[in-house]
Amino acid sequence: MNIQTQIRRTAAEDALLQAFVERAEYLPGDTEVAEKRSAAVELLKRGLPNRKVEAWHYTDLRRLLSFVPAFDLTAHAAPREPLLAGSAVLPVLNGVAGEAQVPEGISVASVASKLTDGSLASLLGPADADDTVSAINSAFAADGFAVDIPAGTALERPIELQNVQAGGQVHTRFAVRAGEDAKATIVERQTGEGDALVSSVSHLDVGDGAEILYLIIQEQPEGASHLGQINVKIGKDAKLTLFVMNAGGKLVRQELRLVAEGEGSEFRLRGVNLLSGETHCDVTMVLDHVGPATVSTETIRNVVTDKAEGAFQGQIRVARQAQKTDAKMACNTLLLSDEGGFSSKPELEIFADDVACGHGATVTEIEADHLFYLMARGIDEKTARGLLVKAFVAEVIEELENEPVIEALEAKLDAWFAKHG
Amino acid sequence: MLEIKNLHARIAEDGTEILRGVDLTVKAGEVAAIMGPNGSGKSTLSYVLAGREDYEVTEGDILFNGESILEMDPAERAAAGLFLAFQYPMEIPGVATMEFLKVAMNAQRKARGQEELKIPELMKRVRGAAEALDMDISMLKRPLNVGFSGGEKKRAEILQMKLLEPALCVLDETDSGLDIDALKIVADGVNALRSPDRTIVVITHYQRLLDYIVPDSVHVLYRGRVVRSGEKELAQELEKNGYAGLVGEAA
Ligand SMILES: Nc1ncnc2c1ncn2[C@@H]1O[C@H](COP(=O)(O)OP(=O)(O)OP(=O)(O)O)[C@@H](O)[C@H]1O
Ligand SMILES: [Mg+2]
Repeated sequence: MNIQTQIRRTAAEDALLQAFVERAEYLPGDTEVAEKRSAAVELLKRGLPNRKVEAWHYTDLRRLLSFVPAFDLTAHAAPREPLLAGSAVLPVLNGVAGEAQVPEGISVASVASKLTDGSLASLLGPADADDTVSAINSAFAADGFAVDIPAGTALERPIELQNVQAGGQVHTRFAVRAGEDAKATIVERQTGEGDALVSSVSHLDVGDGAEILYLIIQEQPEGASHLGQINVKIGKDAKLTLFVMNAGGKLVRQELRLVAEGEGSEFRLRGVNLLSGETHCDVTMVLDHVGPATVSTETIRNVVTDKAEGAFQGQIRVARQAQKTDAKMACNTLLLSDEGGFSSKPELEIFADDVACGHGATVTEIEADHLFYLMARGIDEKTARGLLVKAFVAEVIEELENEPVIEALEAKLDAWFAKHG
Repeated sequence: MLEIKNLHARIAEDGTEILRGVDLTVKAGEVAAIMGPNGSGKSTLSYVLAGREDYEVTEGDILFNGESILEMDPAERAAAGLFLAFQYPMEIPGVATMEFLKVAMNAQRKARGQEELKIPELMKRVRGAAEALDMDISMLKRPLNVGFSGGEKKRAEILQMKLLEPALCVLDETDSGLDIDALKIVADGVNALRSPDRTIVVITHYQRLLDYIVPDSVHVLYRGRVVRSGEKELAQELEKNGYAGLVGEAA
């Protein structure tokens, strides 16, 4: 039963369904993939979620996704300079896997080939009725990269997965598997030029004892809608740091679905949302502590200017057997304009009895005293504000304890602030 | 030269008048001391000089080298050569002291049409100034003033003053919170800055500082006005008799 079926479809909903009718026969995949795509479309036929759907409370997709462009298969996108010098770049250019730089010892395949042979069928969604992001992506995803880092491999070069759009619709998949005790830094770049509708769904499997730093950098242009999702499994004694930066886009939903499966794993989420103009940006995390003695910390810092709106939903579920879980979540916002806003909704669902979980949220403005002090030393107002804003977010960046990464991210901060401060 | 003429200022938020017609002239090359009981408006005067937005000037003017600075924001005043050493320096988390010094020094150089300093030259100057003040250089890696002791904060203010080479220095109770050795070090730092083209205003409660930084003139601020001016002996007289006599005269 879904009351939305009675409501007239929006132009965007019609456009999505129509696009599927037009694109279906060209999409790669065996029969299983085709069935999954049809199932995904069935969910879309029920309509996009509105704010009455709890998971979408802060992002009324039905209202906000006002425009779904047609595919633009002739548009050309070029790979970008990687965030970290010396990275092996795996570019997806306007939805099509381009020429990949493959580091030694790593196996890389295009998602198109893996859909064609059906080996990635199991990754297609949706996972549940609220999983609209995966539904849209599963219906249309045509390409991307599947990366396999064998057990025991310590990658010196970072890997950069690029999803560069040039307009129209782009639906991309990435699947990364890090074997036991592997070590790697992986960057996922979401960017482009056009007023596109982008969906990008990633899978990250962190093997037992592996140590992974995974950075998602979303810098879509002002007119683009971006639906992102990463699905993560964390193995026994593994360490994962997931860093997410949102610094662009008109409508952004970034979902983080994580399962701390193995015993004794450590997970850190560090998020920086730099929101300007009329951006609407929603980061929604669901973290399942399944294994015992798993530790997680989540720190989100938001800077909001102009009429931007943001939300962070952080749900932590601790399973009955996940004793000794330790989870700490914080969401702090620096509000630079009266017209912007940020909502934060922490949610703890705890079924184990011996756990330590906490959360906190704050919204602050730049302190006039601090600004005066800096200006009294001859630092002009804009620069002084920039320093204070940077100080606010740099704290989470510095926690990454990796000099080249910190430098690259601070350069991004500076660039954003030069433009929007 | 600093000329404060019939300066009236009030708290912007509630309109309470704090400065009620301050008149004070300090020539270039001179050191003026401002004394006065708690709450008489000394810090307020220093903030109004620096351009803090919490206060509104309702009457009068502040001229620096013959030009009014009232329309300038704090950064412009600093670039024009004004420096305020705060009575209570603020802690600014997340901004590394060294980074702050670099930005401040180069911002002022840029505003004055000078070339920016490169990192090695900058480091050299900072190190030199810190050594002269007997400061531990490793402190400069920490966020600005965060967790600095009272005395360390005051020294850090003087360090900034030395590095920024202002033409008009206003020191608000820089001596309070300093131990005797530190007081001497800081006073030496200030004395080293004395020069014919620099104007220095020292706000203090104690004669002791003025033994080290000998003022050319002493002024008493009471209820937002300068009620008495004199030479350095005035400070000694105040030390002996307190403000009671003066206050009676003024009232
Ligand atoms: N922003 C403000 N809000 C409220 N009251 C203020 C403010 N600024 C100054 N005042 C009041 O104005 C008066 C003068 O304060 P000010 O700090 O200038 O005194 P002072 O002479 O520096 O005193 P002290 O010797 O104790 O440092 C005090 O009564 C103080 O409470
Ligand atoms: Mg005071």
